[in-house]
Amino acid sequence: MKHIISALVLNKPGVLAHVAGMFAARAFNIDSLAVGRTDDPSLSRMTIVVVGDDRVVEQVRKQLAKIVTIVKVQDFVGQDMVARDLMLITVSCPGEKRAEIQALIEMFNAKVVDISSKSVMVEVAGPETKIEAFIDSCRPYGIKNVVRTGTVAMARYGRTQAENQ
Amino acid sequence: MSNKTSETTARPPRKPGSQIIVDTLIEQGADVLFGYLGGVVLPLFDKLYDAPIRFIIPRHEQGGCHMADAYARATGKVGVVIATSGPGATNLTTGLANAMMDSVPIVAITGQVRTELIGNDAFQEADTTGITRPVTKHNEIVKDPSLLAQTIREAFYIASTGRPGPVLVDIPVDMQTAEIEVMAPAPIKLPGYRIREQGHARQISAAAQAINDAQRPVLYVGGGVIAANASQELRTVAKKANVPVTMTLMGLGCLDQNDPLSLDMLGMHGTAYANYAVQECDLLIAVGSRFDDRVTGKLKTFAPHARIIHIDVDPASISKNVRVDIPVVGSAKYILTELEKELVHRDRSEWFQRINDWKKRHPLRYDTKADTIKPQYIIEEIYRQTHGDATIVTGVGQHQMWAAQFYKYKRPRQFITSGGLGTMGFGLPAAIGAQIARPGELVIDIDGDSSFNMTMNELCTAVQYELPIKVCLINNNFMGMVRQWQHLFYGQRYSCSSLQNPDFAKVAEAFGAVGFTVKDKADVPGAVEKMLAENRPCVVDFHVDPEENVWPMVAAGKSLHEMDGLDIFEMA
Repeated sequence: MKHIISALVLNKPGVLAHVAGMFAARAFNIDSLAVGRTDDPSLSRMTIVVVGDDRVVEQVRKQLAKIVTIVKVQDFVGQDMVARDLMLITVSCPGEKRAEIQALIEMFNAKVVDISSKSVMVEVAGPETKIEAFIDSCRPYGIKNVVRTGTVAMARYGRTQAENQ
Repeated sequence: MSNKTSETTARPPRKPGSQIIVDTLIEQGADVLFGYLGGVVLPLFDKLYDAPIRFIIPRHEQGGCHMADAYARATGKVGVVIATSGPGATNLTTGLANAMMDSVPIVAITGQVRTELIGNDAFQEADTTGITRPVTKHNEIVKDPSLLAQTIREAFYIASTGRPGPVLVDIPVDMQTAEIEVMAPAPIKLPGYRIREQGHARQISAAAQAINDAQRPVLYVGGGVIAANASQELRTVAKKANVPVTMTLMGLGCLDQNDPLSLDMLGMHGTAYANYAVQECDLLIAVGSRFDDRVTGKLKTFAPHARIIHIDVDPASISKNVRVDIPVVGSAKYILTELEKELVHRDRSEWFQRINDWKKRHPLRYDTKADTIKPQYIIEEIYRQTHGDATIVTGVGQHQMWAAQFYKYKRPRQFITSGGLGTMGFGLPAAIGAQIARPGELVIDIDGDSSFNMTMNELCTAVQYELPIKVCLINNNFMGMVRQWQHLFYGQRYSCSSLQNPDFAKVAEAFGAVGFTVKDKADVPGAVEKMLAENRPCVVDFHVDPEENVWPMVAAGKSLHEMDGLDIFEMA
């Protein structure tokens, strides 16, 4: 099962390496990992998507919490939360397909951010399923490049029950 | 005007970073440092020249790290090791990993190249924090000299609290030479580091209830009890509730092994009575132990009838390997104290009857009638002549298991051994660290020939500091445990497991120590006596039966009760 784990970490060099190293050393798989600063410049937020049974994910959570530079760890499983991915995708777009692709972009509430005579770059944000659906829909036209941020997530009520520590 | 003057005079004094490091080490209670010099720690060593602190120079940084480790194990204090950048730091890694696996508090200080050179592949540069991150509890590079003192204080705090472990502070040489203002210690502020000392009251009550209700309980205790200085509390709990106690390799000495409640060691080379008791118990109370694979054997069939209580200060230890019914997170000392209040004495005579039957039927045994020197005999003889009072240190392998089986430990911190990492070569440097921690006391390294070969250069250190350690070599001319596995599982094909050894007695003499060789069984008691009477470092090379195996044995992947070697003596 997929778990979204959110970790508040000290904004210091080596923290990301520590997290990545711990995952590798303990044979945990990272589905995606997104890191960014928070409103407090001394803290960053890592959102890590992990696939595993409850026991594996519990270990992931505990091992993360053990790292001295990690301030707080939450597992969003079973929580009411918002999860989003951001993707930039460049799709082949010869003149005759432009209208079709434009319709698709509108359907997904996506945005054209760059355009050339042969292709179009589109920005899509949303839940992972939507991103994947957009990729599938673009496939027939030819995908030139995909860049995704990985999931970021936030609990709806500001707090989760699965808070650690 | 007068205000202004007092402000200028009140400016804190300035000192070089190297002096701040020394001052902070002393402030943190370090009275002995182990370590090796090098280019980028010269400013620090210059300040150590005048410092009221003892310095021990090993012959290799790994040795220094093991010395600090054993010093910490023997005293309960934080061991401190210093090394230079690059190879100095990389040589520490084995020692750090060893301390990490066995939860030993160490602060390692490494020099680093000047900050502006970092990342340039400078001479003797290594990414020390990167390399040591997986083998330390925490590490930190200091890039602002004003943070030096506080970083070292935090290192001591992290190393010694919670589940202890090694912490490394990497200090570029320009941090050591920088002149900085001396500041008063600030409170430790580590937002990501929280320790739960006190267990949850409801969990403790649930645990007490389960113990009071159990018909066939077993306490399974490990190094965490020793780390928490909770052996006394453990003894009280075991006696009050009348529960037998089995100890892991790291936990030996928690309970006096002469106590009738002691089941001695469990696991791969544990006693039959300990392993049977675990397999038949209805309640397993794990305290400061971590269900290591060498303890549990096949996990699926481990303690199949038992509910499990797990008391541990590290929440990540709980339900890592086995599913626990009653977890209690907190310090063993606190929890055992609270637990004791709710326990009642139970008779459990049937359970003890069963255990005593196993004890009678399956004591630890070896062939006492053999003509060869049996390793177990040497250890029994040492035990007899030292009245069970010596501090015993070991390398890793067969001799280590025999030292765990045939010496009966009375006290915590009496047996110093590399458990989790299984570091061959730990014995000699560890004996040095233990002897420094316990001047005037008897420290014996029961070592293997192959283990000793790995770090025997540290004999120089023992001679230089006039440490009367005894090295008792169980010399079978093999990597004994490897040979045992090749014997049992690889059709006796002894691939690469026999080595050509030097004449260890001559080696010892060349180092300035005392050395002698024992080849005859009849000479063993006299040799032990002579060794114990020696007041210089002494190496006794016992040529033992080369193909003796450690029994009993739970083969890898087997269940704890499936022990081999129980009937081997009836057959002999």
